[in-house]
Amino acid sequence: MLYREAGDFKTSYAEDSQTFPIVIDRVGYYVVLAIAFGVIPFLINDYWANAVFVPLLIYAIATLGLNILTGYCGQVSLGTGGFMAVGAYACYKLMTAFPELNIFFCVLLAGGVTAGVGVLFGLPSLRIKGFYLAVATLAAQFFLVWMFNKVPWFYNYSASGQINAPERTLAGIVITGPHTEAWAKYLFCLVFVVLLAWLARNLTRGNFGRQWMAIRDMDIAAEIIGVNPLKAKLSAFAVSSFFIGIAGALFFAVYLGAAEVGEAFGIQKSFLILFMVIIGGLGSIFGSFAGAAFLVLMPVILKNVLVGMLGWQTDIAAHLEFVIVGALIVTFLILEPHGLAQLWRIIKEKLRLWPFPH
Amino acid sequence: MPDQVLFGIEAATNGLMAGVMYSLVALGFVLIFKASGIFNYAQGVMALFAALTLVGLQEGQVPFAHLINAIFGTEVHHFGWHMPALLAILLALAVMVLFAILVERYVLKHLVNQEPIILFMATIGLAYFMEGFGDLMWGSDIKKLDVGLIQGINATIDETTYNWFGYGFYIDNLDISATIVAAILVTVLVLFSQYTKQGRAMRAVADDHQAALSVGISLRFIWVLVWSIAGFVALVAGIMWGSKSGVQFSLSLIALKALPVLMLGGFTSIPGAIVGGLIIGMGEKLFEFAIGPMIGGATENWFAYMLALIFLVFRPQGLFGEKIIERV
Amino acid sequence: MKLTKIAAAAAVAVVAASPVMADLVFPSLSYRTGAYAVGGIPFADGYADYMTLVNERDGGVGGVMTRVIECETAYNTEKGVECYEATKGEGALIYQPLSTGITYQLIPKASADGIPVHSMGYGRTSAANGKVFEWVFNYPANYWTGASAAVNYISAQEGGSLKGKTIALVYHNSGYGKEPIRTLEVLAEKHGYSLMLVPVDHPGQEQKSQWLQIRQQKPDYVLLWGWGVMNQVAIQEAANIRFPMDHMIGIWWSGAEADVLPAGDASNGYKALALTGVGNEYPLFADIQKYVVDAGKAAGAGDQIGTVPYNRGIYAAMLAVEAVKTAQAMHGVADITPVMMRDGMENLMMDEAKMTALGLPNFGPTFNVSCENHGGPGLASVTQWDAGAKKWNVIAPFEAPDMDVISALVAADSEAYAAENAITPRDCK
Repeated sequence: MLYREAGDFKTSYAEDSQTFPIVIDRVGYYVVLAIAFGVIPFLINDYWANAVFVPLLIYAIATLGLNILTGYCGQVSLGTGGFMAVGAYACYKLMTAFPELNIFFCVLLAGGVTAGVGVLFGLPSLRIKGFYLAVATLAAQFFLVWMFNKVPWFYNYSASGQINAPERTLAGIVITGPHTEAWAKYLFCLVFVVLLAWLARNLTRGNFGRQWMAIRDMDIAAEIIGVNPLKAKLSAFAVSSFFIGIAGALFFAVYLGAAEVGEAFGIQKSFLILFMVIIGGLGSIFGSFAGAAFLVLMPVILKNVLVGMLGWQTDIAAHLEFVIVGALIVTFLILEPHGLAQLWRIIKEKLRLWPFPH
Repeated sequence: MPDQVLFGIEAATNGLMAGVMYSLVALGFVLIFKASGIFNYAQGVMALFAALTLVGLQEGQVPFAHLINAIFGTEVHHFGWHMPALLAILLALAVMVLFAILVERYVLKHLVNQEPIILFMATIGLAYFMEGFGDLMWGSDIKKLDVGLIQGINATIDETTYNWFGYGFYIDNLDISATIVAAILVTVLVLFSQYTKQGRAMRAVADDHQAALSVGISLRFIWVLVWSIAGFVALVAGIMWGSKSGVQFSLSLIALKALPVLMLGGFTSIPGAIVGGLIIGMGEKLFEFAIGPMIGGATENWFAYMLALIFLVFRPQGLFGEKIIERV
Repeated sequence: MKLTKIAAAAAVAVVAASPVMADLVFPSLSYRTGAYAVGGIPFADGYADYMTLVNERDGGVGGVMTRVIECETAYNTEKGVECYEATKGEGALIYQPLSTGITYQLIPKASADGIPVHSMGYGRTSAANGKVFEWVFNYPANYWTGASAAVNYISAQEGGSLKGKTIALVYHNSGYGKEPIRTLEVLAEKHGYSLMLVPVDHPGQEQKSQWLQIRQQKPDYVLLWGWGVMNQVAIQEAANIRFPMDHMIGIWWSGAEADVLPAGDASNGYKALALTGVGNEYPLFADIQKYVVDAGKAAGAGDQIGTVPYNRGIYAAMLAVEAVKTAQAMHGVADITPVMMRDGMENLMMDEAKMTALGLPNFGPTFNVSCENHGGPGLASVTQWDAGAKKWNVIAPFEAPDMDVISALVAADSEAYAAENAITPRDCK
């Protein structure tokens, strides 16, 4: 049968609480993975990698990270751009200071460094709540950008303050630098996305996730039932910053190859990723992907349709892009205030009952 | 007095003035947040849109000229009139009221009773929309805004202080006008909310949506009213900031300068927005003056947030924010 | 996923819509929207109009039509990457990235793909070293030569000596704004002036602290290295504190009509460096009027013709076309490839006779590009704003900067880049 639990018997707890309880979902998930790993790398070219897939995957990681903090733990953060910058600069310093170090570990270590910085700036969250907390993360955002711009050690004393990713290889395959093949970039990011999404899924449904959600739903009540707010909030900041740091490192090293802190990791980036989280759906792994996809793909699609197919002037098309994206956001919210993830859930629910809606 | 002290006083005074300019932007946020609990991300874009509309009307620009010319191959640009500033301001205000009505009808009405973060999201959509729409309507080139405000150093203050201290203080005439405008604006807003029927209704809605509804206050009318007033405040902020830099896209970024003010003063307090502005303005200017040169300058952006953060650690609801009462 | 399908359809349509034919492709990574649209619109118009003129009047270059592909970047690096990837498959001959961020982005990418990059008066200054940066050109001038030209001009104003003078650099606190600092520091040692650094954070709407500092410290000259809204506010604030306008000199990105107009009469006397001639009094503009504007083929509304950024767009397009002509002559092929284009750029010679023939006498400096020098001699002229007549006037002709100082800096920086990226500088015979 199509999309039914009926007949799909679970005989253990592990089976019962799996991520995709329905056969079609499960199969679909493996098919998507198989296509992502087995088909796309053979078809991908520079345009698809650099304009669509790589930014999509990297933004998905950053959105996952922010979703852990904002969606699961309820702490609003507008410091994402700054934390991505920490990841990028940590990665750069590691790459140039230890040329022998494997790029994979560079990226992971950059995430670790960012986690530390995130915890530091997460400290005020113990006292400040709600929208007001945004001030602490905004302070982080502006201070970090200022620091990376001001202290020449971070950009190895280059004249203009730009950082350039030198060429690094993994098992003989070029991963960073201009000679990278499209598929290598894509696969490198994809591996991180799959690992981190798996980590996020398992963290959020485990002990940590429950603590975070308890804090989100009502922190005083959570405290009373024995959740340590210090541990829960700071662990959320750490994990979230780890994700965001990795996203920042990939963003700089693999995607852009050269970056300047104010332009690449400014406040606009923080807002953009927050938008992705909210549009996708707070507290949803799928939503993180959907939100990132919406805001990365939408402008590219609109541009290609308006300029490429309809042949409109580029500036009119660019303005219309804004109008359309804005109108779509509002329309989606009116149709379904809880983001694309909820829309997806409703569709699935309907499908389960179809063709008998009651 | 030694020079450094005089310079410091000058920096502090100018900081206060700059703070007033921040407050003008922050006021718009506060009004909407107070009445409807919405953090209006679009406030900066509203200021840009209002200023664009004002200049467009004043100069007799044809709206959507670029789009019309591109589609129909025509060559229309200007109506050929030059409107007096006051008339243009009134018309721009009318446009902002129309905008408020449309926002209420097509966005807010459908989102009654949603969580704050969702309403916040809706204003993001609105900001995107208006950014594109404003540019389509009036073009993205820079426009000179001139409503007759004097700019430049105030000669009287310069001379007087020179006679007193041997060093003339610099105060910008535009800042003086901004201070006067802000004072009038706040007085009018306070009088309006204290002594008029609509003002009282507005406060009632701010206190409790449902209770207000149950005594027969029309929520929809109040929202239109509040968004219109916020549109008016945006227009004022747009005029003040636009006089200095010309009207261009960057005008929408002034919202960023208002954020620390807002957080320090509290999202719900009109006096908070003013006092917050003054503290942030003076704090960041003094810090830049005293410490800035030692650590490389350009510290204002982050220091404003650090300052707000320090205040918030001691008072988590902002200086004038309503006390947060938490119950389980 | 539905979105992916639409994207696929769109991308297929884009690819299908571009038939294979012999033409010279010039991608124009323009920014007609966003925070810097004010400077981006006229430049893109000038670039497009010149190419249209070449097609309409001369039937292309050497019989091959030019094709400009505009791609909107909004001055955003990520969009710039998308534009680069979208256009490079169309046979792009040359990229003029028009933003520091995108230039840094494209330097390694385009070098690997074998497409020349021309960053005229912006981008990475040390790309002037053609031994290290084979595919990157930044003639005729760059930030370091600009800084030196400004100092030379000030020195001439002061009767040849800058001893004991103070020069303040008011700069955009970004890579772009920090570029001239090293040059100015080295020159300070040489000339004996003291340098005062005044950074302004992006976007620069609020510069009270900075100008109070200038008012209190009273530097003798102010160099303005601004961009976007920062320019308009800086000029307004300078006027407010009654800083003498003729002692304030902007880099060429701070010297457009749009930068001074909002301040009105107060901006009278403000000076700026210029890469090209000013105004529309050149014979070429008659052709543009006849073949482009009157024919209804102008890229813009027509009100920008003759402005500083528009002329810069014309100049950039003209240099590109001249490089194509050089390449065609060298290789004897009309429909050239990016590799030939690079050769053409490297052997480009601009002299007065050529410019006069083009209808642009004395519009730009005369210079030669060579294998080791991709930066040209770095000549810049000085212009002054006349607020009454609302136009720029040239007050000092194209003059050479202090190349001894700059060459050493270029060599040092480009060698550091070569070392970091494991590039072996090529041999220039």
